[in-house]
Amino acid sequence: MKIVVAMSGGVDSSVAAALLAEQGHDVIGVSMQLYDQSEGQASFGTCCTIDDLYDARRVAAAIGIPHYIVNFENRFTEQVVGNFISEYAAGRTPIPCSHCNSDLKFSTLLERALGFGADALATGHYARIDAGPDGAFVLRRGLDMAKDQTYFLFSLTQDQLARAAFPVGHLDKAAVRRHAERLELRVASKPDSQEICFVPDGDYAKFIETAAPELKRPGPLVNQDGEVVGRHEGVHRYTIGQRKGLGLSSREPLYVLEIRSPAAEVVVGPRSALERTALTASSVNWVAGTAPEGWKSVAAQIRHKHAAAAARVRALDEACAELEFEEAQSAITPGQAVVFYDGDVCLGGGWID
Amino acid sequence: MARIYLDHNATTPVAPEVAASMDRAVRELWGNASSVHHFGQQAKAAVDNARSHVAALLGAEASEIVFTASGTESDNFAIRGAAEALEPTGRRHLIASSIEHEAVLRTLAALAKRGWRVTLLPVDPSGIVSPEVLECAITDDTALVSVMHANNEIGTVQPLAALAQIAKAHGALVHTDAVQSAGKIPIDVKALGVDLLSISAHKFYGPKGVGAMWLRKGVRLMPFMTGGRQERNRRAGTENVPGIVGLGVAAQRASATLEEDAVRIGALRDRLEAGVLAGVTGAERNGAATPRVPNTTNISFQRIESESLLIGLDLDGIAVSSGSACSSGTLEPSHVLKAMGLPHMRTLSSIRFSLGTGTTEAEVDRVIAVLPRLVEKLRSLATVGGRR
Repeated sequence: MKIVVAMSGGVDSSVAAALLAEQGHDVIGVSMQLYDQSEGQASFGTCCTIDDLYDARRVAAAIGIPHYIVNFENRFTEQVVGNFISEYAAGRTPIPCSHCNSDLKFSTLLERALGFGADALATGHYARIDAGPDGAFVLRRGLDMAKDQTYFLFSLTQDQLARAAFPVGHLDKAAVRRHAERLELRVASKPDSQEICFVPDGDYAKFIETAAPELKRPGPLVNQDGEVVGRHEGVHRYTIGQRKGLGLSSREPLYVLEIRSPAAEVVVGPRSALERTALTASSVNWVAGTAPEGWKSVAAQIRHKHAAAAARVRALDEACAELEFEEAQSAITPGQAVVFYDGDVCLGGGWID
Repeated sequence: MARIYLDHNATTPVAPEVAASMDRAVRELWGNASSVHHFGQQAKAAVDNARSHVAALLGAEASEIVFTASGTESDNFAIRGAAEALEPTGRRHLIASSIEHEAVLRTLAALAKRGWRVTLLPVDPSGIVSPEVLECAITDDTALVSVMHANNEIGTVQPLAALAQIAKAHGALVHTDAVQSAGKIPIDVKALGVDLLSISAHKFYGPKGVGAMWLRKGVRLMPFMTGGRQERNRRAGTENVPGIVGLGVAAQRASATLEEDAVRIGALRDRLEAGVLAGVTGAERNGAATPRVPNTTNISFQRIESESLLIGLDLDGIAVSSGSACSSGTLEPSHVLKAMGLPHMRTLSSIRFSLGTGTTEAEVDRVIAVLPRLVEKLRSLATVGGRR
């Protein structure tokens, strides 16, 4: 099979490419250049930096496959970074990695791959694709639960899954590193990337203020009764459940409960007030292609590192769904994804309203 | 897979006779060309011989040739050297065309930061600098006018003689980056009327890492490299004897075959251009058909990103290039096509085909056959990813 591998320069996608090549596939390495990496900008990011691109190139050379760098800087800026900023401006807490997967990798890059005559696009994600009994594709969690990345892949459609491959999804991280060592890939001991790639120091507030200074809009911190208890420097500095950086002293610790972007109001209160049992989600994708009839029992995950909790979900219309947890969950955060699972099968998900 | 190389403006394969001469030079001419003894004399003789061949290619005197490490170095030397030498005269103005190679543009930008005024001349939609435009821009304060002989992306040849005449009338020096014309079309420095001219060996079947600058007898430049007294005090550093020997043989070869090659390659280029323009819907040539170097054609493909087409062609064994994508920098439209005033989308969809001595009719026909299918495929997939 002719397969394009999205190579980030990290160990997972490097091993993915190497394994496919070893299996005898016709493999083409492609790396996405996502930011301006002209002189003086090279220190940007923890993934897909110029050094990572060079790592990818060297790995490709080592395993003997062609390698190309495609420039997606404009798309990345518009679709991923732009969304990141506008979501924060709206008082929500976005997940750019999901948008990068759905709007860039399995969209533009997949188009390119097909254009180059490839049958599939492979990535280094920890996820698995199986053919279900009815012929539909099933998205499963990676075998290594600690590394599972289906939370970021919930929006994949049947069309996209039909052309996707996750060669390391059935491996755990240690096995991936062992493969890298066996294949003498120079990235074998490279650390995992952590933060959001375009905000390497993790200071999202500073990043947003630099990119969109107009969002630096001070406003009041209010309690649940609407009384002003303090001031803040802009809603983009807060996320639901945040405790640090409020600059308030009170008898019990205070947490961000709600962000009211239009009024630039941040509501704070006790930890107990963070708990919710219900949520609604939009831009919902059902991996199988159709929504279930009526209520469906699922395990729902509301953050990347959240342990999926028992819930029931039903579709409200084509794009929206409502979900009720059996037990209240802390800090259900607008802008994050809620992803539905049945065992290790990812049923789909949506964006929390 | 039999691969087809149509990127000769990026670099050319080393000609067999060049490789043989360099091989011999590496093994036998290892002496330091500045040394007095036999070993030095052997090396020096080879360097002098190469200098004569380069001079012959340019219609120049051997003593006017300075060897450098690249076309870029030659451009830097000419511009920085002229600017520095002319500083005491009070002239503080530099002029270039807006379609120069980065080696010129960035050098001018560096000088602009140090207080020089820089004017970049616009080009017309066919990629030509008109003498009237220079006439308007030039002042008696202008130290140097630098206009490339042939453009690397579209191949158009500038009316240098007319431009040089205007510059002369205002007492300015004239430099031309002839990296893309040397070996492709005849060059006679006297007829061009310029003072400084840059060439690079690897663009005409010589090795990488060696170039040359011609400077008209009597023109004084501030040395760019300081150190030993090589190259008549104009360019310090122990001579790269094998590289220079290779350049010399490449120049000799070009002098002998240039006219014949130009006719043959020009016919193939025209066949390719006509075939592609006729065979692919929404294909348009960029730049003037003439005057143009015989090996280059630049074509935009509507609703195609050149980056995709470039990779698709490479996967099909066809090597070309595009002016619009730079894998290590930002995705910017080609500054050349932009300066010609072409629409933004057209500047992002251009492919440069540059032919060479090894190009065959069968290769050209294969490209003509492959392109329509590939272009249509890329166009048809523009919405396949299911973006919502």
